[in-house]
Amino acid sequence: MRLALHPLDVKLLRDLWHMRGQVLAIAAVIMGGVATLVMSLSTYDSLTTTRDRFYRDYRFADLFVTLKRAPEPVAERLRAIPGIERLETRVRAGVKLEVAGFADPITGLLLSVPDSGDALLNGLHLKRGRMVQPYSSDEVVLSDTLADAHRLEPGARIVAIINGKRKALEVVGVAVSPEYVYQIAPGSMFPDFKRYGVLWMGRSALAAAYDMEGAFNNATATLTRGAPVQAVLDRVDGVLAAYGGTGAYPRQDQFSNRFLSEELKQLQTTATIFPAIFLGVAAFLLDVVISRLIALQREQIAILKAFGYSNRAVGWHFVKLVLVVVLLGVAAGTALGAWFGRWLADVYQETTFRFPYLDYLLNAGTVLVALLVSAAAAITGTLFSVFRAARLAPAEGMRPETPAIYRATVLERIGLQRWFTAPTRMIMRHIERRPVKSLLTVLGISCACGLMMVGNYQKGAIDFMVDVQFRQAAREDLALTFIEPTSGKALHELAAVPGVTHVEGFRDVPAILRFQNYSYRSAVFGIQPEGRLHRSLDRRLQPVRLPAGGVVLTDHLANKMLHVKPGDLLTIEVLEGRRQVAQVPVLGITQQYLGVSAYMRQESLNELLHEGNVLSGAYLAIEPGAEPAVYAELHERPRVLGMVANAAAIRSFYATIGEFVLFYNMVASLLAGAIGFGVVYNSARIALSEGGRELASLRVLGFTRGEIAYILLGELAALALAAIPVGMLVGVGLVAILVQAFESELYRLPLILNADNYAGGAAVIVVSALLSGWLVWHKLGKLDLVAVLKTRE
Amino acid sequence: MGIAEQHELVFRARGLTKIYRMGEVEVPALRGIDLELRAGELVVLLGPSGSGKSTLLNILGGLDTPTSGEVFYLDHNLTAAGERDLTAFRRDHVGFVFQFYNLIPSLTARENVAVVTEISPAPMRPEEALALVNLGERLDHFPAQLSGGEQQRVAIARAIAKNPSVLLCDEPTGALDSQTGVVVLEALEKVNRELGTLTVLITHNVGIADMADRVVRLSDGQVVECRANPAKRSAHELSW
Repeated sequence: MRLALHPLDVKLLRDLWHMRGQVLAIAAVIMGGVATLVMSLSTYDSLTTTRDRFYRDYRFADLFVTLKRAPEPVAERLRAIPGIERLETRVRAGVKLEVAGFADPITGLLLSVPDSGDALLNGLHLKRGRMVQPYSSDEVVLSDTLADAHRLEPGARIVAIINGKRKALEVVGVAVSPEYVYQIAPGSMFPDFKRYGVLWMGRSALAAAYDMEGAFNNATATLTRGAPVQAVLDRVDGVLAAYGGTGAYPRQDQFSNRFLSEELKQLQTTATIFPAIFLGVAAFLLDVVISRLIALQREQIAILKAFGYSNRAVGWHFVKLVLVVVLLGVAAGTALGAWFGRWLADVYQETTFRFPYLDYLLNAGTVLVALLVSAAAAITGTLFSVFRAARLAPAEGMRPETPAIYRATVLERIGLQRWFTAPTRMIMRHIERRPVKSLLTVLGISCACGLMMVGNYQKGAIDFMVDVQFRQAAREDLALTFIEPTSGKALHELAAVPGVTHVEGFRDVPAILRFQNYSYRSAVFGIQPEGRLHRSLDRRLQPVRLPAGGVVLTDHLANKMLHVKPGDLLTIEVLEGRRQVAQVPVLGITQQYLGVSAYMRQESLNELLHEGNVLSGAYLAIEPGAEPAVYAELHERPRVLGMVANAAAIRSFYATIGEFVLFYNMVASLLAGAIGFGVVYNSARIALSEGGRELASLRVLGFTRGEIAYILLGELAALALAAIPVGMLVGVGLVAILVQAFESELYRLPLILNADNYAGGAAVIVVSALLSGWLVWHKLGKLDLVAVLKTRE
Repeated sequence: MGIAEQHELVFRARGLTKIYRMGEVEVPALRGIDLELRAGELVVLLGPSGSGKSTLLNILGGLDTPTSGEVFYLDHNLTAAGERDLTAFRRDHVGFVFQFYNLIPSLTARENVAVVTEISPAPMRPEEALALVNLGERLDHFPAQLSGGEQQRVAIARAIAKNPSVLLCDEPTGALDSQTGVVVLEALEKVNRELGTLTVLITHNVGIADMADRVVRLSDGQVVECRANPAKRSAHELSW
């Protein structure tokens, strides 16, 4: 059998080859859409699959609760609650750590593991080393984040300050836990692998150190299938109320899991918004190119039909052409998306989420979705043109298309015509004759600007958030917490530490906030009404003086979660001590981007708790350069439990996100460039094809190449220039959508775009336009002047 | 000595050859043409398709260069001119009229003329040029609103509005019926008479030759006949 292509298919391939520049430009736009789609979906798949497997294999719990202290037999009462499947008690304690050669404060979380046998729940995946030996008193397993950050291998020694006493601990293993896929120190805003870590220690050793023998202060449980979660939580709280329970919470509120879920939700958003933009633009471009091709091939189509080809065969011929472009785009996009996805998954694993393994997964389903969505967009875009080609009557096709009808533009009709030369009028009339096409071109180009702005947005937004959080609101150099609530007199001691320039106390207490049927489990912060260090900010980011007697809430907490407004009475159920329940008026709304908080005056909170001047911790300002001495001094004080140093946190945060920012900038520039170039170049080529004869005639009449380039590229330049402000609006709109979509109690992105963002967006358009212009300029040099004398279009 | 020879020599071509290379085949289009064209003449280049008349016109108009031989416009050697000089030559001295008019569809009649006068050193006003071809009252019509003959007359107005030294017309009536064609030829005749512009007109239509001062017949890339036409007839007497 001879392998032979159908002549129509040969024509198809030649047509494609003939317009290869345009084909590649459109394929590049499709590639952009497919790449974002594949990247987001495959990373989403990889993370969810890995997460689900990790949670299942390592028995991640469904319910978590922390309490002050309960004798072990109380656990039996918890186990008896219907719906509880398996429950495990633990001892848990905050701890200060020392790593040789590192002066900054390190905070740790000590968690007990059973003395013998595996943990029932929240099992550890050992990456290196071994588990602690039964009943050993000084062995710990370290979370891999802290271990990696300090290069601590099994056999290394670290020092923990346990109840004011230094204890040398031997690292015997390095592990990851489903409970701490995302690790962040309490009171801290960002993960800091160098300054926070989780340590697992034998139960009896830990209990002995914290006076918890025969008792527990933390429990986790799995629930039976279909158990009424809220009812179980309520009953657990009922049992533990007498033991200082701070409220049980379900897996979905577990911090690490919650953060991971938010991130996954964002990936899904990315997988929808961006491919939609790219494929919309690609559909428009294909329509423009295919309708031009069909116009040029009128006669060929007529001849084919005269020979007896059916409407369907002619239509299918052009659909196939579209599909070849789609296939090219999908193939390239899948490859690029897989590369991006693998990279993104690695960045996640390295900087944010710790899994025992992360298998990058590219499902056939993802590729199929990409293919179907792209093909559907492309065919929908070109449907009308293809339909018209298929319906073209043969005799009509043999005649040239009727000449285009022009008229004077609005600007000329209102009497401005004498200001424009004939070439300028040509440009204006071209644009005005096909307003929809011109508008879509402007919109297409503006998408490039918008995408670029989205890509560059993160850096500025993060800078802004950090600035607001650390230079306006939480301006302390160090936040320290006491082991337990302490008399306000402790402030004098802290102020006396050499190097400390200013001290402000704070009181915080875990509480459930309720309004009508809305509630949120959080904490109430009592701070100084006119603090110099820790302040709350109003909508204009100015510090507000906290009013007495009431509570001030973060806008997101008030508006989106509790649905309260100033003047409403909020119910505060304290989860500690005497567990007061009080009605407190909401006196104000504050602006905060990271987390959500409820603030009161410290004295008002003390009053609510029926206590005197009692503090949970203090904010310190430290003389520059004195930090190591202050840390060392405070480290020795038994009442000081944890310390968070802001400057170090910001530095390490920037180090972590640096890679993300770089990644998104690169992806955005690449894709925005693809879309910008795709639209401008195609418009230029179509304009050249449509106006080639006209321009060649003008060349014959003595116009220079520069003068005809003005007519052709002037139109493009006008559209590109118009696209810059439109693109900036598109950028603002896209960022606003992102801000909305990514809004959560964990953080809200500010809608902040600075001059750099706008400039970056405009630059993509300018560069794409210049590059396209340069390519078309070369084409203009090859216009066949002689042919136009002899041929009609 | 004929009347024409009293006038200034505008074009002087010596031994012009032009060979087109089509893949591996060489196609000679001109094989040694000698020709002189003088100011004020109306010359008809006559010949069948493929005789080389368009190639000759393109070389005279600075659109193409010969393979060998020389062409002088006044004392400028066109053969030695580069792309930039040829563009300037066309811009300042040559008026073209095409078979298919080649008007700019987005510009009105007046603007189609203006597009050329705007870049000319000493043009007439577009309205004046259009009046010369009897289109003074259709100034603001777009090409799509004009008949073929009207479009061609706009093209003539566009060609002459710069006051060119030479008007080169390639089958100006090729796309028109004979009645309309005569109107177009009348316009050319009037321009030639009133402005004294050297007019070279390509046609394969023998009937049109009767309006020429001189008829040059080409065949197979060579001049086979070059005769004066003392019995010059006016365009409105022609028919084909």
